[in-house]
Amino acid sequence: MPLLEIGSLTVDYPTSRGTIRAVEDVSFSLKKGETLGLAGESGSGKSTLGLSIIRLVPYPGVIVKGHIRIDETDIVKLREHEMRSIRGRKAAYIFQDPMTSLNPVKRIGAHFIELIRTHEPNTGKEEAFERTKTVVENLGILSERINDYPHQFSGGMRQRIMIGLAIALNPDLVIADEPTTALDVIVQAKILDLLESLRKVYGMALILISHDLSIILERCDKIIIMYAGHMLEYVTSIEMHRNPKHPYTQGLLQSIPNIELSDQKLVAIPGSPPDMLNPPKGCRFWPRCSYAKKICRVKEPPLIKVGRNHFVRCFLYGKKGVHVERNRKS
Amino acid sequence: MGLRSYIITRILLTIPTLLLLLSMVFLIMRVLPGDPVALHFEKKATPEQMESMRRALGLDTPLWTQYIEYLGGLVDIGYILEHGYPNLGKSMQTFEEVGGQIFSAFPATLELAFYSMIIASVIGILLGVISSKSYNSILDHLIRGVGTVTYAVPIFFLGIVFQLIFGVYLRWLPTGLRINPAVDPPATITGLYTIDSLLQGNLFKFFESLKALLLPSLTLGIILSGIFIRMTRTNMLETLRLDFVTAAKARGLKESTVTYGYALRNAFLPILTMMGLQFAILLGGAILTETTFSWPGLGRYIVDRINFRDYTAIQGAVVVFGLFVTLVSLVVDILYAYLDPRIRL
Repeated sequence: MPLLEIGSLTVDYPTSRGTIRAVEDVSFSLKKGETLGLAGESGSGKSTLGLSIIRLVPYPGVIVKGHIRIDETDIVKLREHEMRSIRGRKAAYIFQDPMTSLNPVKRIGAHFIELIRTHEPNTGKEEAFERTKTVVENLGILSERINDYPHQFSGGMRQRIMIGLAIALNPDLVIADEPTTALDVIVQAKILDLLESLRKVYGMALILISHDLSIILERCDKIIIMYAGHMLEYVTSIEMHRNPKHPYTQGLLQSIPNIELSDQKLVAIPGSPPDMLNPPKGCRFWPRCSYAKKICRVKEPPLIKVGRNHFVRCFLYGKKGVHVERNRKS
Repeated sequence: MGLRSYIITRILLTIPTLLLLLSMVFLIMRVLPGDPVALHFEKKATPEQMESMRRALGLDTPLWTQYIEYLGGLVDIGYILEHGYPNLGKSMQTFEEVGGQIFSAFPATLELAFYSMIIASVIGILLGVISSKSYNSILDHLIRGVGTVTYAVPIFFLGIVFQLIFGVYLRWLPTGLRINPAVDPPATITGLYTIDSLLQGNLFKFFESLKALLLPSLTLGIILSGIFIRMTRTNMLETLRLDFVTAAKARGLKESTVTYGYALRNAFLPILTMMGLQFAILLGGAILTETTFSWPGLGRYIVDRINFRDYTAIQGAVVVFGLFVTLVSLVVDILYAYLDPRIRL
């Protein structure tokens, strides 16, 4: 039984200029303790997808289709107060910018105590205080600093605190949305290590959202490549290393520098992501794809199974495709 | 800089501010048409009569002598120790001590201002929060409409409408004065009737003075609430979009905690600054309100004295208003530092 199961999820942003379909027909599942990476350029719908899981898609976004089951409960159908008891307790979210994610007028400790006592109302103040101290110490922060205000901490420290807030109630799932993008490079690895070690200790599942494919390849069991609201490839990271299928994924991998290849040429994917108000017909990626055929411009490719735990949304594979890969499987 | 030295600096800085204000009022009053000497005589007076009156009022000396003498009076420590207020000169109409007159009129204005401010901020912040929470709905548009209308309505008009409805037709509330004339005012401790009567444990007098306060402070409060509604709404909309509000929601905190503990608590800081600035406008509004409701405060005192070109009285009243506004802004600054941990004085 998967911890999280998402089926044909579609999220729209109705605007005055037209409807933006930020996420379309996304399905995947996640087991307890698994890690999943969501990779894609900005505007690919990865954050919208992440926020859908705690049902906090920003205004005016709405989930128009699909289901999101956490422990068998479809949260799309839950009422707001039922949803509140899931947020923070079953599924926690870590945001991109730690500098702005804490209430500037509240002490750090108060953030924790308030969180603990909201979800576990029987906890006394003393007990919540003691638990806060333990959590904060596990983050590598001195426990006496819980009486400080957010502005007294550096960005890296604040992201530690955000991670602490996310794991404080031992949720089953943590969604980390670009948790290190706002931090400098040296701090980035430390934060990701902390997240990983805590995840292992508590046995949580993790969804790591990032535009940086190298981070995801390094730290996740499974990977989803998002592009213009579509899932282009859904694959284990081992398989992705060995055998990336989608031309977009291949392009992304070629643009990651590799320290072992001294004469490596970094190849950029030509063009830029589409205008989401008028996305291209057919495959979303064809205007930038060097393999694009006639059919790609008129028909949306389905998600094709090309291996165990490997799905690709591309006509190069499957019945109509002409790629050699087709002959190996299905 | 410590809090104490900050406060002392700020208080010292009010001295040049007040001096400038005083000099401007001093000059403007004397440039304005109208002669306090002539206003003493019902019929045309002889030049000799005029001259002796001018001498009695101290207006025969050169302007700068008058100015220096006036300032000298202000810093007369002996006078302050004796009377409890500085020497603001004698009224040019009644020859009474201006300081004493202001001292007895000021509490009425203070009480009116205090209650109006409470009414304005409660109405303004509450409606502003509701408006921002229901962004772009009919309720939001309605509240914004109310905000604009209250901002635009003249004070005396709203005051007269209230007097007509609650005083004349319904006969629920008095239309003027600080307390029912049949009731003796409470003995003076602070000069604020509601507080004095409570301190003396006299609930009857408390409710009598509250009844008299209700219409004027409601009038002034409602007029002032319009700008608070708009300020709160704008600040809340901005704050509700911030990351820490979304992050708080993502932790499953209660709606009320997110709205008040996170959004309003942060949106309130600029509103507080606004409240301080509004105090000057509030005192200006108090002049109109006091006139409409025959409220014996400093505002009505100024209006009365202007008619007589009573230079000393107007100077004194303006200085007190100025002092009041500067003190309020000092209190606001200290409160701000207290409410925002990022600012330490």
